[in-house]
Amino acid sequence: MPNMNPKKNPMPSQEPDVRNHNFKEVALGYTEEIALDEAARCLNCKNMPCVNGCPVNIHIPEFIAKIREMDFEGAYQVISRDSSLPAVCGRVCPQETQCESKCVRGIKGEPVGIGRLERFVADWHNAHSTTPSDIPASNGHKVAIVGSGPSGLTCAGDLARKGYKVSVFEALHTAGGVLVYGIPEFRLPKAIVQKEIDNLSALGVDVETNMVIGKTLTIDELFDMGYEAVFIGSGAGLPMFMNIPGENLKGVYSANEFLTRINLMKAYREDSDTPIMHGKHVAVVGGGNVAMDAARCARRLGAEVKIVYRRSESELPARREEVEHAKEEGIEFCLLTTPLSIKGDDKFSVCAMNCQKMELGEPDASGRRRPIPVEGSEYDIDVDCVIMALGTSPNPLIKSTTKGLEVNRKGGIIVEEATGKTSRDAVYAGGDAVTGAATVISAMGAGKTAAKAIDEYLANK
Amino acid sequence: MYQIVNKQNLNPTVTLMDIKAPYVAAKAEAGQFIILRVDADGERIPLTVAGYDRQNGTVRIIFQIVGATTEKLNHLNVGDSIHDFVGPLGTATKLDGLKKVCIVGGGVGCAIALPIAQKLHEMGCNVTSIIGFRSKDIVILEDDFRAVSDRMFLMTDDGSYGRHGNVCVPLNEMFAEGEKFDEVITIGPLIMMKFVVKATQPTGIPCTVSMNPIMVDGTGMCGGCRLTLHRDGESITKFACVDGPDFNGYEVDFDEAMSRGTTYKEFERAAHEHVCNLFKQEVK
Repeated sequence: MPNMNPKKNPMPSQEPDVRNHNFKEVALGYTEEIALDEAARCLNCKNMPCVNGCPVNIHIPEFIAKIREMDFEGAYQVISRDSSLPAVCGRVCPQETQCESKCVRGIKGEPVGIGRLERFVADWHNAHSTTPSDIPASNGHKVAIVGSGPSGLTCAGDLARKGYKVSVFEALHTAGGVLVYGIPEFRLPKAIVQKEIDNLSALGVDVETNMVIGKTLTIDELFDMGYEAVFIGSGAGLPMFMNIPGENLKGVYSANEFLTRINLMKAYREDSDTPIMHGKHVAVVGGGNVAMDAARCARRLGAEVKIVYRRSESELPARREEVEHAKEEGIEFCLLTTPLSIKGDDKFSVCAMNCQKMELGEPDASGRRRPIPVEGSEYDIDVDCVIMALGTSPNPLIKSTTKGLEVNRKGGIIVEEATGKTSRDAVYAGGDAVTGAATVISAMGAGKTAAKAIDEYLANK
Repeated sequence: MYQIVNKQNLNPTVTLMDIKAPYVAAKAEAGQFIILRVDADGERIPLTVAGYDRQNGTVRIIFQIVGATTEKLNHLNVGDSIHDFVGPLGTATKLDGLKKVCIVGGGVGCAIALPIAQKLHEMGCNVTSIIGFRSKDIVILEDDFRAVSDRMFLMTDDGSYGRHGNVCVPLNEMFAEGEKFDEVITIGPLIMMKFVVKATQPTGIPCTVSMNPIMVDGTGMCGGCRLTLHRDGESITKFACVDGPDFNGYEVDFDEAMSRGTTYKEFERAAHEHVCNLFKQEVK
């Protein structure tokens, strides 16, 4: 008999007043007992709507059935047929708009906690499994992957399992891309990312750090070196600013810089060689997941933090869960507010931000109601640090050194949606380099699509 | 890991190293930079390329010991390795078509100016070099500059060597005599470049400056290296790591760059002191 409790099992978590002082993981994960109870909520529907909601089509009812049988390793094997990074996705996927949004249990109550179960299975595997992966028999073909973020790692994993010799080229000194430099430790512990990368290395994937493709080597040189296909998953590029006065004062960060200093360079640790400003009053401008990450990091460094967002709460692009976590941790939301200028003191350091109130008008092209300034509503907020979390524009390095690679008006690489193929033969692309800032799982989906297309292309060559 | 194959102390606080990094050496051009990390938990610091040997696969860096990372780097010796070394980053200095150039280097900036002077000399360009230092004991690369310069001025602030005065003294003299150049290229402390730009401005000669702001990734992701250019009454944000490090000196907002450069001064001073104390304890 399925468990007909309409509520999903809550995620055991660190208390808000404890976790807002440390960088340890917030969500502690289901215990075996909770996982079994939650798994029993799955009705094992014949038409499996959840699978269609997953960008990489994980066989969800099948892995949940394995949990019910207490065959946790079997459950892991089901997930890993379709996903290269289960421990990551179980933590950072927006399940509420994907698999869980299609769950039949969600019609009268809460959907099955698919993401939490995925995380449980992946963590169980990482803690218990000792069986080394078999290195697949080589098919003699070499493929180069540019970037070791979610799209690149997924593409690499899928191709390696098919017998390709895969090399991943990473520009930074550590592999993982946004999983390492962007998403904070308290949402995604770096040891978990490293474990996923080790799993790929065990499949024979070669990861080369400190290789900036477009600079150290060009795409054409990769072909000269014997790679027969290239996947570009180079990720996000230059941060966007508002072009308001005072944005270059000391104490104004892009979210990319603030998060990279903290996550990649471990600036939150006292023994870190990389400095970070410990603001007392921090304003984070923007309402996406990156804004929430930056705000929660600043809070953990001891600041009073305000999120400044020009629309209202219901338009916040961040995941609901991230907004709730931020609120619980004491972060204040200044909604319907937009900055006009940042003010500096005599030392060119930030001392205040001038803001204006907004109201919502008619829906704009994005379908969201357009924010309109309220005349005469300007006011100052006292801040000593401002973090701009407004998105990024694609990185120019590869485009500028690769002849015949077409990009769109915004600089994103143009691809055929069904295959990820670019305007250059044997060159594929996916993730933020194509779409601009999006989610980890959609990048993984693109990596998966490209891996399939590369396999077909090289098999027929 | 990237091995140190040569090390020389050019003066008490400036060190030259040749680093085995074949991929970087194969591509590096004058004006570009690299980013290194000394050890596994180290910070990333940018250093402009001071030379390269494509055959032996080595890249030359010359650095001043100013903080914790350069202090640690200076404690390594030939045979030791640096944890990370990535590049070449940024765009190369554009030298095509130049026939007569004045290179103005200041302090450790001379290390970056030298490969540009060498390249111009190889191209058959007439090179005037002005290199300036605080005092005699910190003069570097004098012979190297002499070898590639048609005319050279060595200046010291205190007059202890060469001519007395700053780099603008001979520059102003030449301009007063009506001397023309295709371009003035200047590399050194921000305040020096600001004054070289100011001195050159009335002549209308193009003036290129090499910016070296605070950076993290160096690949166009963090935006920490941004600076403001003033062009046709508009303020434009540029990123030194991908748009530079060379910029039109007449457009650069030097005052802003100088203030941004001091963001972590206090932290850096404390970190440097801490590392020095650790090394002292080790010696004991």
